Amino acid sequence: MLRYALKRGLSLAISLAVASLVIFFVIEIAPGDPASFMLGINAEPDTVAALRTELGLDQSKLQRYLGWVGGMLSGDFGMSYTYRTPVAEMIADRMWVSLPLAIYALTLSTLIAFPAGIYAAARRGKPGDMAVMGATQLGVAVPNFWFAMILVLIFAINLRWFGAGGFAGWDKGFGAAMKSLTLPAIALALPQAAILARVMRSALLDILGEDFMRTARAKGLTRRQALWRHGLRNAMIPVLTIIGLQFSFLLAGAIIIEQVFFLPGLGRLVFQAISARDLIVVESVVMLLVFAVISVNFLVDLAYALVDPRLRSRT
Amino acid sequence: MTLLNISNLSLRIGTFKILKDVSFSVAPGEIVAVTGESGSGKSMTAFSVMGLLPDTAEASGALYLEDQNLLDFSEAQMCGMRGKNIGMVFQEPMTALNPVKTIGDQVMETILIHKAMSPEQARDRARALLDRVGLPEDRFPLGRFPHELSGGQRQRVVIAMAIALRPKLLIADEPTTALDVTTQAQILDLLRDLVREFDMGLMIITHDLAVVADLADRIVVMRHGELVETGTTQELLHNMQHPYTKMLFAASNHQVTLPQAPAPQPLLEVSGAIRDYPLPRDGLFAKPKHFRAVKEVSFTLYRGERLGLVGESGCGKSTLTRAILGLEPLQGGDIRLDGMPITTEQNPEIRRRMQVVFQDPFGSFNPRHRVDRLITEPFHTLTDPPKGMARSDLITETLRAVGLKSDDAQKYIHQFSGGQRQRIAIARALITRPELILFDEAVSALDVSVRAQILDLLAELCEAYGLSYLFISHDLSVVRTITDRCLVMQKGEIVEAAPTEEIFAAPQHPYTRALIAAAPQLPDLNQGAA
Repeated sequence: MLRYALKRGLSLAISLAVASLVIFFVIEIAPGDPASFMLGINAEPDTVAALRTELGLDQSKLQRYLGWVGGMLSGDFGMSYTYRTPVAEMIADRMWVSLPLAIYALTLSTLIAFPAGIYAAARRGKPGDMAVMGATQLGVAVPNFWFAMILVLIFAINLRWFGAGGFAGWDKGFGAAMKSLTLPAIALALPQAAILARVMRSALLDILGEDFMRTARAKGLTRRQALWRHGLRNAMIPVLTIIGLQFSFLLAGAIIIEQVFFLPGLGRLVFQAISARDLIVVESVVMLLVFAVISVNFLVDLAYALVDPRLRSRT
Repeated sequence: MTLLNISNLSLRIGTFKILKDVSFSVAPGEIVAVTGESGSGKSMTAFSVMGLLPDTAEASGALYLEDQNLLDFSEAQMCGMRGKNIGMVFQEPMTALNPVKTIGDQVMETILIHKAMSPEQARDRARALLDRVGLPEDRFPLGRFPHELSGGQRQRVVIAMAIALRPKLLIADEPTTALDVTTQAQILDLLRDLVREFDMGLMIITHDLAVVADLADRIVVMRHGELVETGTTQELLHNMQHPYTKMLFAASNHQVTLPQAPAPQPLLEVSGAIRDYPLPRDGLFAKPKHFRAVKEVSFTLYRGERLGLVGESGCGKSTLTRAILGLEPLQGGDIRLDGMPITTEQNPEIRRRMQVVFQDPFGSFNPRHRVDRLITEPFHTLTDPPKGMARSDLITETLRAVGLKSDDAQKYIHQFSGGQRQRIAIARALITRPELILFDEAVSALDVSVRAQILDLLAELCEAYGLSYLFISHDLSVVRTITDRCLVMQKGEIVEAAPTEEIFAAPQHPYTRALIAAAPQLPDLNQGAA
């Protein structure tokens, strides 16, 4: 098990190194010089050159890459070209919105998907199953921003239970902050829950056809006992894979929902930074997201091994 | 006194009748073998007793276990019976255990689910059971996972689970079909001993008549959901009445006469063949290790010769077969077909001259192609494949040669039975008139009566086309009749090679002797009562 973890850890480090190279050079290739962009089209060439020197843009690519990576390793993400504030601070502020939102949405999605998927699998082909499958079909089909607007209409405008947008801030207390994240989290969670429920159901149905489920029944377990004791854990591998993918998506892909609810999250930060050619911010946020995605995959890999003993002995 | 009394059991799913008025009984301490070919309803009879039928199945008649009719039981009551009063052992030990739970937990579960004893007692009982079925604690602690065990060892765990609460009736559905002969012999011995020890009734479902004759006190022969004939083993073996029973036993021991092989002239030469598989490294930077599956194997197959290759699973026979086919590279030695070296590089010439027939007659065909396209696939190895009339004539001729009709060329593979599919596979191998055909367990998945027909077909084709083949099989009785010479393989080496009759009459190597001794034999039925 330890060797498995070490091996996955090594692969994590290699992935990060490769990702940092790719991100840096792809963004360097992108057209548009940040210095001339910041100073506008009428700027004197001398001023632009001075600003380039100040921003460190006149250094060689390799120097800048090493400086960037070295800085990140020590927690210094550099200065934003446009806002002139440390990138680390900007990201940290946004992270406090995006990360709780992603976790909140994923928790909701899992809480909805597990019971729905298990319920449908246990009643395969019966009305209950068809109802759940119909609902998930709808959940997959409806775009989350449309859903977000409907939620705002009902719960913010008509019922006035929640605010229509904005983030209260953690300094206003945990309850207030969570309350302002609730509608966005639901809007994000429902389509994900629909996908997860379908995966859960089909994974369980595959397992229900396995020989060892019949063995369990031959021992005297009821259908329900066999499903819970032998089916669920075996069905977890595909489900964990999807959960991992969904978390990565929720962290970075919430940009539309952040726009709908005026949330100061990472998605909006990247969007603004790209528009302003604030390359250092873009690079850092993207790198951070890559780090998050790879780390989540690492955790999912470890979870696989916890679920399935066959993976522990394999290298 | 009877333990299980099945009377007029009928079963249907929708309008399809699976079982028709089946009646027989099992006494305590008695071994009753239910036998028949696929589709005979033997497994469904077992599942009826367990109450594990598909939801849509409707059963009628009566199933008395002692004085209770199981057909009257509710699902909840049946849950109380299963595992406690009736235990069951399944065909596929590799998949019958939950891969994510330890063997100890799985054996204990049978005990705990029926609340028969406390968890501590259950643990002790599970330990004792595993010891009893031949899995001692030093090598098989309760914390072992199923994937760490071989097929035979897993079947022992399944048996331990089934007998954990000393059920009155044990049902075993093809318990040794997936196992090697030596393992099969051990598992059958274990079952026999347990029946005597616990005075259980054992209902064993098997298609293997040699196992039946060897093990059972009483035999039930089924066909198409009906009971054909039943009687005590001695009585039935020596005085069988029904023509189907007679046919079944005759087919199980089917003998063919092969034409004389021509003078030896080498066709396939394997010399010093080595095949290694890489193993995972011990540490991140440790030297990679190898598993040597084939260890310097050398043999020659002569033109017109029918050569057998036998051995148990894991002995390297499949690996060797793939190397001969040029599907996997060798790490040493070489293989030549008529002097031409065989490598993994695509060589149409070698492909044309050497064809193969695999075990699974369904899985080895593309279900979306018609038979004419399927059997002409080897044509891409020809520089000038026949077209138009020549092509359709060749298709017709080949289909007729394997006993099919010319209009079968326009059908799809799912429209054929297992035996017919294997005929099509042989047609595909035959169509380019290869000099050598490899039969890789080609008759292992077939029912005995179909197997007998395919063996006859091979003998006919030997006569008509002067076939040379390498017949790879774990089934000794088949190899005995269909080959001139035989190689015995063990742990990657050929331990014995001799004319087939000599091997069976006077095996020299201890492994060959063990293999032949372990294979269950049908008694010679022509000698009257023995």
